[in-house]
Amino acid sequence: MAPLTEFGYVGPSAGLLVALGLGLAFGFFLERGGLGNAVKLAGQFYFTDLTVFKVMFAAIVTAMLGLFWLAAAGVVRLPLVFVPPTFVLPQLAGGLVFGVGFVVGGLCPGTSCVSASSGRLDGIAVLVGMVGGIVIFNEAFPLIEAFYRATPLGSLTIPQALGVPHGVVVAATVAAALLGFAAAERIERRAVAPRG
Amino acid sequence: MPTGRAAQPYLNPYLAGVGIGVVLLLAFVIMGRGLGASGAFSTAVATGMAVAAPAHAADNAAYAAYLPDGPTSLFRDWLFIEIVGVAIGGLLSALLAGRFRIGVDKGPRVTVRGRLAYAVAGGVLMGIGAKLARGCTSGQALTGGALLSVGSWAFVLAAFAAGYLAAPLVRRAWT
Repeated sequence: MAPLTEFGYVGPSAGLLVALGLGLAFGFFLERGGLGNAVKLAGQFYFTDLTVFKVMFAAIVTAMLGLFWLAAAGVVRLPLVFVPPTFVLPQLAGGLVFGVGFVVGGLCPGTSCVSASSGRLDGIAVLVGMVGGIVIFNEAFPLIEAFYRATPLGSLTIPQALGVPHGVVVAATVAAALLGFAAAERIERRAVAPRG
Repeated sequence: MPTGRAAQPYLNPYLAGVGIGVVLLLAFVIMGRGLGASGAFSTAVATGMAVAAPAHAADNAAYAAYLPDGPTSLFRDWLFIEIVGVAIGGLLSALLAGRFRIGVDKGPRVTVRGRLAYAVAGGVLMGIGAKLARGCTSGQALTGGALLSVGSWAFVLAAFAAGYLAAPLVRRAWT
């Protein structure tokens, strides 16, 4: 039965080894896919290179389907998997600020680690800026704590919020991803095709 | 570093995505939690403050929340160890593909100094944004996305919308 930590198969120290191994594989696939390269990531926002969208949604769909089937097969107890709690307004506002930072910096926190470790100074610069941003947020925290804790909905999934079966939302997400992939291929072909 | 051979082409993005998805699924199955990135830096920053100004760190919930065992928390922190792995994994992949290079990835029109200034500014905004949203593209978009979390999808949609809205303003940096 899984999650393995919840059933005592994996303790805290073994968990840290798992963290290292999973992180290693995560970083490896990010670099393999070209997500250590800021120019490639930024192409997402100019419709010239949609690698970010393809990698991200292929990963989401893979993990989502895997978890759905493992739960259906009785291997994973879904309620024991930690769902990040929802705070609607701060997460919308955080997303807006983050998105501007993403296109300005060209890398996100995870990909900037890969960029930096593959020798890129701009990756290091993003990491330096991010540390600065976290310090700014923390120092301002007493002023913004009320907003940070506003609109709490707890761990809430889309199927729970809509009152529809988990499988329906999973199927709809897969369908949306497949349509998105088809659109992404068309957009990229148009971007590289000569105008005329 | 390898200089005699050209860098290999990148892996098909869908395959890279499936690879990351399997890693994320393993995290759910083994650990009952997903992946992350910005949280590791929150712990690192809190640890730095706990060493530099212990009273100040203890006094502010934004630091204290990341210091359950004081300054020694860092090397028992799951996300921090994971992000060390991310850096090593990226380095290994880049070395094996002949892509390791000391340099700056930038658009054709921007200077190196300009690119680095944009990178720091973007990093500052992402640090603030990820703190407000309680996670970044890893902890919210990938992990919360796969778990169909309402807040995570709100974060993803807001982040991409803002990225596309801001993109014309920083076009000089990339095209």
